[in-house]
Amino acid sequence: MNSLRSRIGRMGLNVFAGLGLVYLFMPIFFIVLFSFNKPKGNYNIVWQEFTLDNWLDPFSQSSLTAALWVSLRISALATVISTIFGSLIALALSRRSFKGSSVINLLLVLPLTTPEIVLGSSLATLFLSQTFVDFGFITVVIAHVMFQVSFVALTVRARIRGFDWTLEQAAADLGAKPWRTFRYVTFPLILPGVLAAALLAFALSIDDFIITFFNAGSTVTFPLQIYGAARVRIPPQINVLASMVLFFSIALLVIGAVRGQRSEAVKAMKRSKNK
Amino acid sequence: MLARRADNLGLAALAVAAVCLVALGAGWFDGPLNALVLLVLLVVLGGVGVLAAFGGPEARRLLAPYGLMKPGLLWMALFFLAPVWSLVRISLSTKESRFSVQYNFTWAWDNYSRAFSDFGGQFQRAFLYSLIATLLTIVIGYPVAYVIAFRGGRFKNLLLGLVVIPFFTSYLIRTIAWSTILADQGPIVSLLNTFGLVNVFEWLHIMENGKLLNTPAAVIGGLTYNFLPFMLLPIYVSLEKIDPNLVNAANDLYSTPTAAFRKVVFPLSIPGVFAGTLLTFIPAAGDFVNAQFLGNPNTTMIGNSIQDQFLKQNNYPVASAMSTVLMVSITALVLLYTRFFGTEELA
Repeated sequence: MNSLRSRIGRMGLNVFAGLGLVYLFMPIFFIVLFSFNKPKGNYNIVWQEFTLDNWLDPFSQSSLTAALWVSLRISALATVISTIFGSLIALALSRRSFKGSSVINLLLVLPLTTPEIVLGSSLATLFLSQTFVDFGFITVVIAHVMFQVSFVALTVRARIRGFDWTLEQAAADLGAKPWRTFRYVTFPLILPGVLAAALLAFALSIDDFIITFFNAGSTVTFPLQIYGAARVRIPPQINVLASMVLFFSIALLVIGAVRGQRSEAVKAMKRSKNK
Repeated sequence: MLARRADNLGLAALAVAAVCLVALGAGWFDGPLNALVLLVLLVVLGGVGVLAAFGGPEARRLLAPYGLMKPGLLWMALFFLAPVWSLVRISLSTKESRFSVQYNFTWAWDNYSRAFSDFGGQFQRAFLYSLIATLLTIVIGYPVAYVIAFRGGRFKNLLLGLVVIPFFTSYLIRTIAWSTILADQGPIVSLLNTFGLVNVFEWLHIMENGKLLNTPAAVIGGLTYNFLPFMLLPIYVSLEKIDPNLVNAANDLYSTPTAAFRKVVFPLSIPGVFAGTLLTFIPAAGDFVNAQFLGNPNTTMIGNSIQDQFLKQNNYPVASAMSTVLMVSITALVLLYTRFFGTEELA
């Protein structure tokens, strides 16, 4: 009796979790579905008929493609800068504690506990009150680096927490100069964490809307283009580009999972050989 | 002597340089004084450089962390701290005339009283909607995270990937997709019409006049959806860390599954819920995308007003006052929340 009740409970929880996944995929399903739609008016929101036209010509909306290109350039540049700055901070923080580290930790967390609209509007007031740069490409890069640095620093720090710093001393004892030690010991060890942080920073940057909206001037990034377009017309090419990004990331995920399983299988084989 | 104190000097140089940049960025001084500040900045940075170059290995070792942090932290001083200062300054300034671009700092507190009197409703809605959305993300996210963490088996990573994949598409596109789904001709409304459930949903205040889109429920639903992974993933991380033997031990000691959950699993997952709440509530309270695409003019949140006043009306003082109030109240809430549910690891 009791076991039946607990089994029903278990089932119920599993069903709920399944429904949760369905909920998560609902808009995704619609985005992909409507990329095959042939809309009648300006808005691609009512299903009309199936067509492959949008997929055969995904870059026909030149303004959309141009905006995507702007976004890619901004995010690439901002990610490179913020990954270098953030990783350096993480390296400094992960050694022994030093004077002022608690204030610096606080400074790193603050941008994460500040709503984006405050970050965006405050930075805009700074740019408004000076005459050195106009709103545009540069101000967007500056804004993105500003919020990415914290994410990178905290991610890299979390990834290299268990790092064995005596390896660096060993290299130094063996006569390696600081730069060689960094190049051949420290850098290879922290590289996976740095790359993970860079990916996260890039993802945050390319999809950022609110902060960019306040600091872009007349520069149009991909999210800004969608926002502007959504008020007059929503072309199905938006859905095609979104679906492409989606399928690309699913492919990355699958490749990662397969490689992970393969490397685990290799490890298991080695283990059984050693026995 | 100087070399042994190098860490103090490094920290002092970093602090002075940061203050100089805030002063320059936020415009503390006028004209020639700025040149002096710039000079101080360069002298300090150059001085540390000279010390590192000629101070010997010990000084270099002590200076290293400050040197490594300098680019990132000075960037944040100039583009995060200085903007906050200039935001507060503009929020207390007035324009000389309607078309002037010059703002004078006059302790103009009436910007704040205008922010509260004209946009009080937007403040209330922002906090109410994001509170409800945060609770909903716990209700939806916790069971999903629980099932993945404890029953996922070898599909754990795959299931986690499935949770994350929807969020690879653009935030705006996802929100616009929801407006398609919830639209009057959309699938959900027609399904509800077929089953005659519209009245039930109207009674529950989820629908208004047979509409699902452009209601408060749609805005809250959009917030819930868009910030769900920020709740789900931290909860998953904290559940994943729990040693299953603890649950086994509870069962061996004749605890019921409910009691084992209540006394063992849930307390250990609180850090995840705590982090998730901050990561969900803070961005949700400042959001204006969901309210714009899924709401109506009576469901606007404070983000909509700030955006409108700042970018459309160019009323920077009042917009800055609203931003400042939002920043201060969120910081106060976070501090209070940390005090009550205090965990050391905020990040």
